[in-house]
Amino acid sequence: MQVKEKIIEKFFLMIALSSITILALITFFIFEEGIPLILKIGPKAFLLGEKWIPSKGLFGIFPMIVSSFWVTFGALLLGIPLGLACTIFLSELIPPSIGILLRPAIQLLAAIPSVIYGFWGLIVLVPLIQNYLGGPGLSILTGSLVLSFMILPTIITISEDSLKALPPSYKAGALALGATHWQTIWRVLIPAAKSGIVASIILGMGRAIGETMAMIMILGNAVKMPNSFLDSARTLTTNIGIEMGYASGDHRQALFATGIVLFFIIMALNTLAIFLSRRRVD
Amino acid sequence: MKNQKTKGTLNKEIPLPSISSRQGRRAALCCFGHWKLKFGDCLGSGTWDSGFLLTCLISILLVLSGTLGCQRSRAGSTVAGSTSVEPFAELLAEEYMSRHPESHIYVQGGGSTAGIEAVMSHAANIGLCSRPLMGKEKNLYAVTIAKDAIAIILHPQNPIQDLSLEQIREVFSGKIRNWKELGGPHHPIVLVTREEGSGTREAFQKFVMEKEDISLEALVQDSNGAVRQVVASNHNTIGYISLGLVNDQVKALKISGVEPNMTNIDNGRYILVRPFLFVFNEEPVGEAKSFLEFVLSPLSQKLLLKEGLVPVSPKIAQE
Repeated sequence: MQVKEKIIEKFFLMIALSSITILALITFFIFEEGIPLILKIGPKAFLLGEKWIPSKGLFGIFPMIVSSFWVTFGALLLGIPLGLACTIFLSELIPPSIGILLRPAIQLLAAIPSVIYGFWGLIVLVPLIQNYLGGPGLSILTGSLVLSFMILPTIITISEDSLKALPPSYKAGALALGATHWQTIWRVLIPAAKSGIVASIILGMGRAIGETMAMIMILGNAVKMPNSFLDSARTLTTNIGIEMGYASGDHRQALFATGIVLFFIIMALNTLAIFLSRRRVD
Repeated sequence: MKNQKTKGTLNKEIPLPSISSRQGRRAALCCFGHWKLKFGDCLGSGTWDSGFLLTCLISILLVLSGTLGCQRSRAGSTVAGSTSVEPFAELLAEEYMSRHPESHIYVQGGGSTAGIEAVMSHAANIGLCSRPLMGKEKNLYAVTIAKDAIAIILHPQNPIQDLSLEQIREVFSGKIRNWKELGGPHHPIVLVTREEGSGTREAFQKFVMEKEDISLEALVQDSNGAVRQVVASNHNTIGYISLGLVNDQVKALKISGVEPNMTNIDNGRYILVRPFLFVFNEEPVGEAKSFLEFVLSPLSQKLLLKEGLVPVSPKIAQE
């Protein structure tokens, strides 16, 4: 019996380690392919260069870093109020009969493939923005709009969980002291669940920065510094997605190097989210 | 038998993992920490577990063997490469398979360079390429199967019908920025181009732009279809795609009065023409060879002509 258990234990350990090994291998290959190029052209020229013309050996990704943050910032600007309002409604104000419908619907939002979001944005939002606001329609604004919908499930589910995890005595206490329902929500519950809500926003931000397919379809992918929300832009992920098919040599390495930058950004965001949600537990 | 039964009932009782499950989220957030803890235990407790090390090694080997083991085992030939050639290759492959029911030709996209790399690494039997071979690629065995013209496309409602090569160059380099300067309506020009590395873009760069750069303001789309879609949905756009893929959603521009059609391509008056290549590691044998022969046969060449490409054998083009 002892032996059998040992074997099973090792077997599961092995499987668990395989998945970590895959992660390690991916990381290793991204760095192995990307680092030589960064060293060749210099980290400064790569990170702060403003021109991306691979056929001429110019690999500056600064406009893409800026665009990534523009698009993400726009998505958060629209997504956070919407997500928070939805969370409060779901956890505090909702009649149970609607909750049964609404919760699965929000989770379904996370299950829709991103290419569908992209297609919807391209067919519905792009012409609207092109006609009413001008510009090519394929723009940061369109991208942010679509992304704000895509990050809603992340923000809502995690921040609702953190609201639900609060001890019931908080709410009971506040109400007993004479606070109205709304005062309880705004002054007691939300501040108490703050770290979880912030973590949910950071995870949503990670999702927004990492989104590729929908953004390729919507952003227009022009390689220049964006000047307004109506300009076309290219993010770090779409740069890899759009050019990988044809790239070779230095160009290919530059795309892996773009991946390294993305890797660090996502790592930083996730570490921050883990750190914040830890603090809540302690 | 008994065991299986309990398993079955257990399975039913385990709730499906849902996105909202808090434990799941927590676990996901904390798993990294846990792993570190476990690892630290192993190191710190002094009893360095050789079994643990062994499992580490085995799992690494497992993953590696997984990646190495996925060599192509299915029967048939794989064709991969340029997205410009892909739709035509698919058509030919279908036609070929209907005649040779025992064969399988798998057609994939990916791009000219990816196709050539796939051929070099033996992941594909035939590479599709829509640009001349460069550098060490020239060592490969390449056959021109057809020629393709590049059309400059506008929205059908754009009044402009005809531009010179010079004007197109100035438009795409960002010197002419408004349709008014070309005799059109007072609207800014929206450029649509292909991504770096695309065979269509390389051909456009070579034929039209020459030493000039395509403006960085240009929208970039990653396929002929996507360029056509963007041009079809915006009155102020100008783009370029394979002539074979021009449909009634967009309008092909005349260049200095020369309309892009078969006659003008054939007599050399329309100059934006590039080769479509099949690329092999060496002279093909077996199925790849018979597919190539089929593609070069008069029947397939006529099919390609009907689809808007320029056949390689001059006789068919003249018919």
